[in-house]
Amino acid sequence: MTLLWIGDAILIVVVLPIVIYLLAATLQAAKSIVPSVRSIAATAAAGSKDLDAAALLLTTQDQVSRTVAGVADYGGSLDVILDDAKEGR
Amino acid sequence: MIVLAIPAAGWVLIVAVLLIVLALVYYLVSTIVALRSITSGLDEVIASVTEIVEKSAPVNDVVNAINKDLDAGVDMLEALLVKKAGMVDAVGLVDGLYPGAAAAGFRNFPESTKVEAPRISEVYTKGTLTLARLGREAPIATANPAGPVLRNVAAASLSAKVLYSDVRHTGPDQLPRSPVIGADAPEQYEQREDIGQPRKRMPARNP
Repeated sequence: MTLLWIGDAILIVVVLPIVIYLLAATLQAAKSIVPSVRSIAATAAAGSKDLDAAALLLTTQDQVSRTVAGVADYGGSLDVILDDAKEGR
Repeated sequence: MIVLAIPAAGWVLIVAVLLIVLALVYYLVSTIVALRSITSGLDEVIASVTEIVEKSAPVNDVVNAINKDLDAGVDMLEALLVKKAGMVDAVGLVDGLYPGAAAAGFRNFPESTKVEAPRISEVYTKGTLTLARLGREAPIATANPAGPVLRNVAAASLSAKVLYSDVRHTGPDQLPRSPVIGADAPEQYEQREDIGQPRKRMPARNP
């Protein structure tokens, strides 16, 4: 009977607090991750939305191509109109 | 009967085990709820990251194509500038527009880094800078703020005349001679029969 009381005491005084402490720490760690994950999700969504303008790069590419072609045409005309630099300059 | 036979220590043991089981249930269920919330958040992250990957996939190729076109334009303009202005003047022009750029030189002309950039005013005094200082708001005017304004934009006209081919305002040493006029001139501009003849008398006035 004495051994049974000693076992009860150990169970209540030692085992139960340790179990509660470990489980509480695990729960706290899991809950601390939730805000971070939500923040990451919001940031990723904002980043994805920012990239909506990436499609306009195709327009930019086309404009750059046309501009360079126009500059090349002007350059060809200037090459014909203007004299070359003298040697040694 | 069996229940009543359990001693007090046994009841305490049962209560202790029951408390441990309740603690396990409470904390584990709470942990499961938190982990489910984390899983839901990570699903949202994965969806957004997938969108980012899909949207940014063609960016590299497009930017490379844009850079390729711009490189071709830069190569063409550099070559044209060096061909028409010469290496020294070209470096001076670029350095005048972008102070310090001469140190970097032209991309396709490594020897340009060794050229000592002349002052832009020494190279283009008669050309670009003249137009700029006349108040035509050429961008190059910002590169020579110390230069005096050549033209009174409100009234002066002589400065503008300099731009044209008429050379009389420059005071040259010799101009075309003026034509000789008079009776002894080699070229008579009004050849009439009555020149050199007695003056015709007017008819008498009637009283």
